[in-house]
Amino acid sequence: MSQLIYPLRGGVHPPENKQQSLQSPLRRLAIPGELVFPLAQHIGAPAKAVVEIGDRVLAGQMIAEPNGPFSAAIHASTSGTVSAIEARPIPHASGLWGDCIVVAADGKDESIDFVGCENPFKIDHESLIEKIRHAGIAGMGGAGFPSAVKLNPPPNNNIDTLIINGTECEPYITADDVLMQERSEDIIRGCTLLAHILNGPDRILIGVEDNKPKAIAALEQSLLKLAAEDLPGIDRVQVVSFPTKYPSGGEKQLIQILTGKEVPSGGLPAHIGIVVQNVGTTVAIWEAIKHGKPLIERITTVVGESLKEQGNAIVKLGSPSQFVLEQFGFQEKSCARLIAGGPMMGFSLPDSRAPIVKTSNCLLVPSHQEMPDPAPAQACIRCGHCAEACPAGLLPQQLYWYAQAKEHDRLLAHNLMDCIECGACSFVCPSSIPLVQYYRASKGEIRQAEIEKEKSDRSRQRFEFRQKRIERAEAEKEAKRLARKKAAEAAKAKAAANAGAAKTAPAADPVAAAMARVQAQQSDPAEQLAKLERAVNNARNRLNSAEEKWQQAEGDQKAKLESRFKQAQLRLQDAESKLHDFKQQSAGQNPAPSNPTSASPTTPLNIDSDDPIERAKAKAQQRLSMSPLEKAENNLSSLNDRLKKAQEKASEADDDKRAAMEAAVEKLKQKKTSLEKEIDELKAQAPLKENTATAETPVDPNSIDDPIERAKAKAMQRLNMSPAEKLQNSLQALQTRLAKAEEKAASADEDRRPAMQAAVEKLQEKIKTVEQEITEFKAQEEPAKPAESANESSGIPLDAASAAIEKAKAKAAAQAQMSDSEKHAAQVESLQQRIQKAQQRLDKATEEGNDNVDAFRLGLEKLQAKLKELESE
Amino acid sequence: MSFLRASSPHAHAANNTTKVMQTVLLATLPGLLALTVFFGPGSIINILLALIFCLAGEALVLRLRKRPLGFYLRDYSAAVTAVLLGLALPPYCPWWVVMVASVSAIIIAKQLYGGMGYNPFNPAMVGYVVVLISFPLQMSQWPSPASLLESLPSISASISQVFTGQGLDAYTSATALDIVKQNNSQLISQVYADSDLLRSGSLAGAGWEWVNLGFLMGGLYLLYKKVFTWHAPVAMLASLSLFALLGYDSGSSQSGGSLSLHLFSGATMLGAFFIITDPVSSAVSNKGRLIFGAAVGALVYLIRVLGNYPDAVAFAVLLMNFAAPFIDYYTVPRSYGHAKPRKATEKQEP
Ligand code: SF4
Ligand code: SF4
Repeated sequence: MSQLIYPLRGGVHPPENKQQSLQSPLRRLAIPGELVFPLAQHIGAPAKAVVEIGDRVLAGQMIAEPNGPFSAAIHASTSGTVSAIEARPIPHASGLWGDCIVVAADGKDESIDFVGCENPFKIDHESLIEKIRHAGIAGMGGAGFPSAVKLNPPPNNNIDTLIINGTECEPYITADDVLMQERSEDIIRGCTLLAHILNGPDRILIGVEDNKPKAIAALEQSLLKLAAEDLPGIDRVQVVSFPTKYPSGGEKQLIQILTGKEVPSGGLPAHIGIVVQNVGTTVAIWEAIKHGKPLIERITTVVGESLKEQGNAIVKLGSPSQFVLEQFGFQEKSCARLIAGGPMMGFSLPDSRAPIVKTSNCLLVPSHQEMPDPAPAQACIRCGHCAEACPAGLLPQQLYWYAQAKEHDRLLAHNLMDCIECGACSFVCPSSIPLVQYYRASKGEIRQAEIEKEKSDRSRQRFEFRQKRIERAEAEKEAKRLARKKAAEAAKAKAAANAGAAKTAPAADPVAAAMARVQAQQSDPAEQLAKLERAVNNARNRLNSAEEKWQQAEGDQKAKLESRFKQAQLRLQDAESKLHDFKQQSAGQNPAPSNPTSASPTTPLNIDSDDPIERAKAKAQQRLSMSPLEKAENNLSSLNDRLKKAQEKASEADDDKRAAMEAAVEKLKQKKTSLEKEIDELKAQAPLKENTATAETPVDPNSIDDPIERAKAKAMQRLNMSPAEKLQNSLQALQTRLAKAEEKAASADEDRRPAMQAAVEKLQEKIKTVEQEITEFKAQEEPAKPAESANESSGIPLDAASAAIEKAKAKAAAQAQMSDSEKHAAQVESLQQRIQKAQQRLDKATEEGNDNVDAFRLGLEKLQAKLKELESE
Repeated sequence: MSFLRASSPHAHAANNTTKVMQTVLLATLPGLLALTVFFGPGSIINILLALIFCLAGEALVLRLRKRPLGFYLRDYSAAVTAVLLGLALPPYCPWWVVMVASVSAIIIAKQLYGGMGYNPFNPAMVGYVVVLISFPLQMSQWPSPASLLESLPSISASISQVFTGQGLDAYTSATALDIVKQNNSQLISQVYADSDLLRSGSLAGAGWEWVNLGFLMGGLYLLYKKVFTWHAPVAMLASLSLFALLGYDSGSSQSGGSLSLHLFSGATMLGAFFIITDPVSSAVSNKGRLIFGAAVGALVYLIRVLGNYPDAVAFAVLLMNFAAPFIDYYTVPRSYGHAKPRKATEKQEP
């Protein structure tokens, strides 16, 4: 052994008490009736149960999967049925209960097929790590650190030393000693495999205290024997023994003893190129990869004077401690305490039902003579024994002093956080002060304080950041305001002029159109019926959605929504009764005419063709015929506007809103493309209609000689289209609402956002249904109503449409290049236009008694408010 | 069944404060023996008186503070204070001197600061210094060693001397340190030739050298029993030796006394092994104890040679008790995983 040994600072020599458990040979325990598998057996996130109550499980079957990388899987250790998933006593220092999967064993001990592999050294690093994670292997020396994490050190740390920890410095425990004697070959194989996983470190050191001569001999023998085999890296394996002293088995201490290096405070061994694994873990990893067997059993030392026999046993994980102890003749009466682990670092278990877990290396049940109750603490006489014993180079007496005074600053200055809680200081303290207990409590307090501090820091930062942002925004606004003022005035003047011009021009249209419509409706019962039916449907839909919302809402909102729901109910009743009335009426008056095709020939009789007014009306109606395309174009331009604005907003918005904004922009873009497509379709339809018109139209307006009559006929055809138009109208209204809702959703704050988004989604759905209706309608219409004024719909409007598109595009482009003030002016302008349009729409709707009146009015009001806002800027 | 819940570690070394204190008491025996052999039963009477006053004082305060009497008295710390005080006071000093010293030690120096473990000053030394300053006459009367008297004082005469001030005639003489200090116009060799006391001793005067050897023995025993570490005593003796060597010019009238005189006279060994090793009032780390001990050694020499008092252990120790917290601040050991030791005055991670 050429390996140098470095001295361990501090340390104590507690009575070893290792002989008791070495007297009887290793045995295998029976299967208990019930096994309990805590979900948290390792450091890190608890595993996630993947079985349910009543499931039958086999030995080796995964019953809980790792929950993230810092976790380990859990496997059933025998066959049986999952009888419960609930809180049970678990072996934890806190003594608290934890979630467990409980398996009622069936005694058959059936197992899944373990799939091993021929040559583990050929498997790549990633798959090996994955296999280890899924085999549920966590440090078996006591800490329970998930092995897969340890074996996957940060890539910039070059691991040059692998240390296999066979120290077992705790008194009483001999589990690793026995393992090293029984499984020395697997340990050697396992450590070469670990070295392979770690990319071949220069040294592989198996550290064993010199009080285990048999284990050392077994390891050395196996090393010699396996040297003949072709194990990669076996020439770098060394068995190193060193003097017995507690706590040389602590990871940091072992590193110091074997390499002379110290793990930097707060760092990991990997930071100085070292990885340490326990011998038990090494064997488990070898088994998992070579034989495919997950971690379902381990060697546990069962020792203490309140047992009839003492020894080591292979125990199935999940076996209750009580069961294990009974196998060794446990006499509960004489037991002073039940300790999981050794006497120095083990923790006392209040409940013997707590199961054996991956980290259970020992169950210690001393008698009262063996371990008398702790003596009452006396005053610290500052003898300094503790400081001499401390392997971490701390001053335990000072730490104790400051812990009592809760002086956290001083505790940190005295490196409390480097205390490994080995208990050496308490062990030697002549005043029997439970020093470690104080340190644990103080560490907890400090961590808690840190968490709280971090929390308050973060919220303060957030507040300051927000404050700054608001200030900045204010300043920017102020700067812009002045610049805008003049531009706004100019724009206002211009807009007023525009508006004046615009108002006069289209004024004739709505009146005429409305009159024509009213006439048409009166004259067309079928149309009216359809409308009423739609109204009923609408009302019903609204009622449904209101009900849904109402049921989902809570608190204040609920009351509001309830009234809305009631209103919707009333409206539905109203609509239904109207429909009912109308049906009765029409049944009495006019039993036949429910077909638009049969209706159209009769209607022209109602119009007096000689009247010039009638002619104007007809013209107006003709103009109306252009409306789908025009409207589409309008939509497009307004969409462009909105898109622009949304993009601006998105670029101005801060991070957390940006995502929402960008989504809104995305949606607008989609809408725009779909609208453009619609326009294209409309354009495409026009020629098609022209074709069909000549071929099939029964009443071709062109074939009518009288121009007036022709106009009338056309107008009537147009009227036939009005349901589609209406659908278009409502579609448009819906779309504006959607846009607004989206805006609101984007600007809403966190807690209201979900509600808003739900509203947006509902609107989107509605739009979809309306769109569908439209297409259906169109499909119906196509064969039924083929007559379409060929020349009008084909040539000129098409040009107008493309011109409008061009215009919109140009506008958008121009807008993009505008300065702020210009933009503002343009915004004002476009808003004013929109208001006009909205006004018209509203007027029309009121006259028609359209369902959407409310929506239109609301939209108008909003637009007006916006305009005011803009102007005031 | 629910089991006892206890914090790790569950094992405990077979030692406790009481045992430590008992060991210390045991270790004073060789010194006490030498004192009795050479100076008569005076020291034993001192110790008994001090024990009575100290334990009574401790019990009184514990009662007032409503602390369990038995538990605290059984820690033997008051007893140790009493014994050390009894050893330090001149034999046959009046009983009220012992009483004042005891009360000062236990009530003022120890309990008023919070009891065992909380006293910044060594209680025995506080008691000693209080009476040294208050009653300089009584405190300077050391008996002559037996070899210079016809017979050792009898027990009854001793007792009457202690309680009535009469019973012993002309039993006092100057101590070795007094002699050397007061004869600064003579060569050291002349001083030795003139003094019976110094002439009859081989190291530092008759009796005294044996007393110091006795305490040295006790101290070595305590070291062996690992009651304390070697750092403070060795540092004190080493620095005292160094100063003595530097200040001794092989016997001129300006000479500060020989190495052996300083090491084996007065309270040197008592101080080195029983006073400055009092853990409560000294520095906590080994490095700190080295500094503490060395400083005490230096002060002892300086006060002996340059000060007004012939012996200086008590003053030196009290002065360094003052300094101990500061030493602690700057001698925090380097913890595992830290590149260099951190000063305790640093509050947070840098
Ligand atoms: S061992 Fe105990 S009594 Fe001694 S200094 Fe440490 S805490 Fe104080
Ligand atoms: S428990 Fe902490 S302070 Fe005590 S000896 Fe161990 S590392 Fe040092």
